[in-house]
Amino acid sequence: MIRSLLLFITILLFNSFSIANLKVGLVLDKGGKDDKSFNSAAYEGAQKAAKDLKIELKYVEATDINALENLHRQFAQKKYDLVIGIGFAQTEAIKKVSKQFPQTHFALVDGELLAPNVRCLLFEEHQGSFLVGAIAALKSKSNKIGFIGGMDIPLIRRFSMGYVAGVKHVNPKAQIVENYIGVTGEAWTNPAKAKELALSQIASGVEVIFVAAGASGSGVFDAVEEKKKLAIGVDSNQNWMRPGFILTSMLKRVDLAVYKVIEDSLNNKFTSGVVRYGLNDKGVDYALDQHNDKILTADIRSKVDDIKKKIIDGKIQVPDYYKTSKK
Amino acid sequence: MNSEDISNSALILSMIYAAFRLSTPLIFAGLGGFLSERSGLVQIGLEGFMLIGAFAGACIGYQFSSPWLGWFFAFACGVFFAAIYATFVIRLKTNQIITGTAFNLLVAGVIPFLSKILYNSTGATPTIDLAFRFQYEPLVMAILLIFILQFWFQKTNSGLWVKMAGENPKALESSGHSPNTIRWVCTLLCGGLAALGGASLSLYLSSSYSPMMTSGRGFMALAALIFGRWRPWSMALAALLFGLADVLQVQLQGHPVMGIEIPVQLIQILPAVITILALSGLVGRSQAPAALGNTEK
Repeated sequence: MIRSLLLFITILLFNSFSIANLKVGLVLDKGGKDDKSFNSAAYEGAQKAAKDLKIELKYVEATDINALENLHRQFAQKKYDLVIGIGFAQTEAIKKVSKQFPQTHFALVDGELLAPNVRCLLFEEHQGSFLVGAIAALKSKSNKIGFIGGMDIPLIRRFSMGYVAGVKHVNPKAQIVENYIGVTGEAWTNPAKAKELALSQIASGVEVIFVAAGASGSGVFDAVEEKKKLAIGVDSNQNWMRPGFILTSMLKRVDLAVYKVIEDSLNNKFTSGVVRYGLNDKGVDYALDQHNDKILTADIRSKVDDIKKKIIDGKIQVPDYYKTSKK
Repeated sequence: MNSEDISNSALILSMIYAAFRLSTPLIFAGLGGFLSERSGLVQIGLEGFMLIGAFAGACIGYQFSSPWLGWFFAFACGVFFAAIYATFVIRLKTNQIITGTAFNLLVAGVIPFLSKILYNSTGATPTIDLAFRFQYEPLVMAILLIFILQFWFQKTNSGLWVKMAGENPKALESSGHSPNTIRWVCTLLCGGLAALGGASLSLYLSSSYSPMMTSGRGFMALAALIFGRWRPWSMALAALLFGLADVLQVQLQGHPVMGIEIPVQLIQILPAVITILALSGLVGRSQAPAALGNTEK
């Protein structure tokens, strides 16, 4: 009796699946879809695709790194056409599962791997970080500029290296105070610790802090709000979170990349390999909206846009941690 | 005193204050664990209770723009969940470590479920305004609580009953008191206190609940309890030491000491190392309550 009931439910589920024209599975990272940062951007892009392109979208959040492989495999087994993994931590899982399901398309954000059915979506974070570094140096009255990273991994080092170069480009005398929240995945979900780091930076004379720490970032925003200083958000546009205290956000348009890969899959244009998003295609940028147009003055903006143009034209070379560290 | 001395002592003062702040959640959770473990129940579920408290506190604190309402609601929720835990462990005599672990997993699942219903988000709650967050109150309460529990435990009859429930439940029974009743009370209080530890995270040290924001502090509190030899006072000192290690790590990042840069990883493992040393008897003897974990007898 129970068994036949289960069978019935399964058939029902499969039927409902087969109605949509493209089935997309989205596997989010530990921060979850509401980290208001990296994962939120990915979720928004996928959500927009679901609305515009009428695809069927299902998302899951990995609470645990060990669960990733299973989540990907489940999507593939249920005959999803495209499975998107968000975050470098999913590289290994996709590497394994993509081999077992060669018919399924996979997309991986922030990770690099070569497979005939995987598209890797990479961003030139160092370019965007360079821009916000320049903004920080232009805005700050003190010579001390802060950076707070989440987990101490090469990706975040890439942010910081670009940022430092941006600061130095504008103010060669500036000193950069650099802190990391931790060395484990918990660093992304520890706002209390992030706040302490920010408070200690502010106590040492820092006025502008760039934070690249996922869901921990809100702790830095709390600190600058209390001490009336400025922070720079990351990945999504975070200007709205504390209007007046967030100078700008370093945009990493994961939403665009996710939307594009869904669109390509739908139109049978899916290609494997690495796709890079940088300043020239607005894959990374700085955020300007009604929440920060007063603190991010027109003077700063024109200078930054000038720098942006120089980077795109190749007149300014932004150091890339990935390249320097491999030497 | 020249100006550099002044700025140095100001820096040290601010570091000590930061250590107190960071140890507040540990003290609450550790005191909760103290009650539970001294009465004879192993408490692995502190992390879960803290998460409940952090979430409940942030929800109510945000909804009614009152940290105090959030604070008390967090306590109530902690007590409620502790009742579930106690039912299994005391009533049904399940294995305490397995139940505690399962309990942590349950909480990690229940919270996203609730926040999906409440805020259509799988974790984070909306931000609480600066005016409706605690400024220092939880820290004061934590310190008061240490004294209260220390006094209760050492100077009162009921404190002695708790001790006996954990050391020699049979003797307690023969004197006419039920160890299980005492364990019930202690577990309920433990849940409430640990939940306050969580609420101090979301209402005091940050401005909202975010997923898994306790990031292992429940286990840190347990470590502090063991290192503090199951006594409120020394547990609190251990928690403070852990807080200080955290602050030191913040300060030492990228600042070489006498020409040598100390790797942050080294300082981050400090609490774990201290606890292992304490357990192995190198840093003073750490003796668990005799009947810890044996509720059947």
